[in-house]
Amino acid sequence: MAGLELLSDQGYRVDGRRAGELRKIQARMGVFAQADGSAYIEQGNTKALAVVYGPHEIRGSRARALPDRALVNCQYSSATFSTGERKRRPHGDRKSCEMGLQLRQTFEAAILTQLHPRSQIDIYVQVLQADGGTYAACVNAATLAVLDAGIPMRDFVCACSAGFVDGTALADLSHVEEAAGGPQLALALLPAAGQIALLEMDARLHEDHLEQVLEAAAQAARDVHTLLDRVVRQHVCEASILLGD
Amino acid sequence: MKETPLSNCERRFLLRAIEEKKRLDGRQTYDYRNIKISFGTDYGCCIVELGKTRVLGQVSCELVSPKLNRATEGILFFNLELSQMAAPAFEPGRQSDLLVKLNRLLERCLRNSKCIDTESLCVVAGEKVWQIRVDLHLLNHDGNIIDAASIAAIVALSHFRRPDVSVQGDEVTLYTPEERDPVPLSIHHMPICVSFAFFQQGTYLLVDPNEREERVMDGLLVIAMNKHREICTIQSSGGIMLLKDQVLRCSKIAGVKVAEITELIQKALENDQKVRKEGGKFGFAESIANQRITAFKMEKAPVDTSDVEEKAEEIIAEAEPPSEVVSKPVLWTTGTAQIGEGIENFWGDLEDSGKEDEDEGGSDEAIILDSIKMDTGVEVPNIGSQDAPIVLSDSEEEEMIILEPDKNPKKIRTQTISAKQEKAPSKKPVKKRKKKRAAN
Repeated sequence: MAGLELLSDQGYRVDGRRAGELRKIQARMGVFAQADGSAYIEQGNTKALAVVYGPHEIRGSRARALPDRALVNCQYSSATFSTGERKRRPHGDRKSCEMGLQLRQTFEAAILTQLHPRSQIDIYVQVLQADGGTYAACVNAATLAVLDAGIPMRDFVCACSAGFVDGTALADLSHVEEAAGGPQLALALLPAAGQIALLEMDARLHEDHLEQVLEAAAQAARDVHTLLDRVVRQHVCEASILLGD
Repeated sequence: MKETPLSNCERRFLLRAIEEKKRLDGRQTYDYRNIKISFGTDYGCCIVELGKTRVLGQVSCELVSPKLNRATEGILFFNLELSQMAAPAFEPGRQSDLLVKLNRLLERCLRNSKCIDTESLCVVAGEKVWQIRVDLHLLNHDGNIIDAASIAAIVALSHFRRPDVSVQGDEVTLYTPEERDPVPLSIHHMPICVSFAFFQQGTYLLVDPNEREERVMDGLLVIAMNKHREICTIQSSGGIMLLKDQVLRCSKIAGVKVAEITELIQKALENDQKVRKEGGKFGFAESIANQRITAFKMEKAPVDTSDVEEKAEEIIAEAEPPSEVVSKPVLWTTGTAQIGEGIENFWGDLEDSGKEDEDEGGSDEAIILDSIKMDTGVEVPNIGSQDAPIVLSDSEEEEMIILEPDKNPKKIRTQTISAKQEKAPSKKPVKKRKKKRAAN
C-alpha cells in the first residue's frame, strides 16, 4: 500500500500506538461449561476462541498412542467471516493445516505430557476475527484454555508478532501492517526461562536487524505474560469466591 | 510401508558420536554434503543432488487471467511432491504432515520473499498474466529435503526461459522459441534454505543432517537467506526450546553457507550456458558418465584412518581376554536347541510335578545319550558329561527304559526318534532332568 505510513516521524503507528506498544488485550477463561477448558481472547480487533478436551483416551486408532507421553492434537479453524473478504474454506486448507501443526509443536513442548501416558489432549482454536497476529492470539488463547482445563504446563506460552519498519522494530502487528509486506516475525516464548518454543519469520530482513526484532518480540511476549497472569489470578479468585472458600 | 524403527543401539551410537563431534560420514559439524547440479535439455529443468538426496525441479509457464485483487501481477505456484521412490515410508495417503510443512516452508521462502519480480510477468493488466509453476519431485530421501528442494527451485527458476510476448494495442503475440529467443525470468535474489538439527535439548547442533541424524534429532531450525545476508524465512520445528543467541549464531553460520552455495549455483548456470552456446551436448543423459560404474558406488568418506592400526593395537593390548564361556546347547527336537537357561520359569510352581523335582534335588542334571544319530544327520560328539548336547523330550508318548549295568533301571521319557539311540556303552551317571524344563 503505497503512501501509507506505517511509522510516522513522531513515532506513531497507523493506529496511534508507539513502536513497542501492544494492543489492548482482554481475556476470559471458562467460557464453555461443556469443555474441560476454554478461553476467549481479544487482542485489539483479533478475536480467538480456544477449547481444550482432555486428557482422555485416544480416539480412533489405538496404534497412535505413545507409551510414555500424551498425544497433543491441535486444530485451527478460521471462520469464513473472519477476514475482510469471505473465506471459502474454514479448515482443511494448507495454511490451516500448517497452523495446526505449529500449535501442536508449541504445546507439545510446553505441556508436561509425561504425566499422561497413552492419552490424548485436544486443543481446538477458532479465529472469529482476524486483524493481524492470529498465531499469537491462538497461542495465548490456547494457553489460557489449557490452564483452565487444569493440565500441567512447564510455564505460560506467550506469543506475539513483530515487524520491522524504517529501522525500528514494531511489536504486535495489525492486519494493515502485515499486509504492507514487510518482515514479520511470530514468536512463542516461555517467559520464565526465556526459551523460544516456536519462531517463524517471513519476508526479507537483514541479518543485522534480527536481534533487534527478536528482542522486541520477546519483550512483547513478556508483557503478554504479565497480562495473562493477571487474568488467571482473577479467574481463580472469582472461582474460589463462588466456591465459598 | 511403515518406516523401519531405529534400533536403540543405533540411536545411542549416533547420539554419542554427535557428543564427540563426530558424524557418520566424517563431516564436520558445519559441513555440507557434496552438491551436484545438472540440467536437462529443456530450459527450466534441473536435478540437484545433496549427498544422496535428489530433487528434480521443473518450471513451466502458462498465460492465464490474474487474481482479482492483484491484477497487475503474475502468479507463482510451487508444488513439492514426495515421490514413492524416495523412501519406502512415503505412500500416497500417508505423508500429509511432512508434505504440508515442506510445501508451506517453500512457499514462504520463495513467494513471500519476492525473489521473482511478479510485475514483470504481467502481459495485459487485468487480463493476461504469466503463471509460473514450479514442480519439485523428491527422487531420493537421504535427509534434508528442504535444502535440496530450495536449491532445486531457485536453480530451475534461474535456468528457465519463458516465451517472448509482444503487445500491440489489443493484440497479444506469443512467439515460439524458434521465432524469438525465450526470455529469462527476472530474479531479484536467490533465497537458499539452511537446516540446523538440534540434539540433546539444544546442546549440539549439526548443519545439513542426513537421514539417520534426522531420525534422532530433537528439532530442526530452517533459515533461508540470500547472499546479501537478508533473512527470507526462519522456521523452527519439532518442539525444541531455543535461546535467542542460538538463533543468532545459526543465522551467522547460515550466511557463510549460503554464500558458498550461491557461488556454486552461479558456476553451474554459467557452465550450462557456455555449453549450450558452444553447441555442445547438454542434458541429463550427458551428465551421467558413460562406461563407468555408477551403482553400488560409495564416495570416499573424509574420515581420518591413518592411525587406526596403532589405536586398534593399543585397545587390544589393554583389553582383558574374554572370559571362557562354554555353551551348552540343549536339543529339544531336531532343529530346535536351547543355549543358556533363560529366565526362571515360574509355571512349574503351580504344578505338583514341580514340587517333586524340588524335593529330589535341584542340581543341574540331565540325561546324556551318547552317539545319537539325529535326523539331520549331525553326529553328536562324545565330548564329556558337561558338554554333550542334551536331548530332552516334550512328548510323553513313549517310555523307554535304559538299563545301566550299575544302577537300577529308571523310567525315562524320551521321544520317538530316540528309538535309534543305543545304550550308553560307557559308565556315565544317569542324570535326572528337571520336569520344569520339559514344560518349556
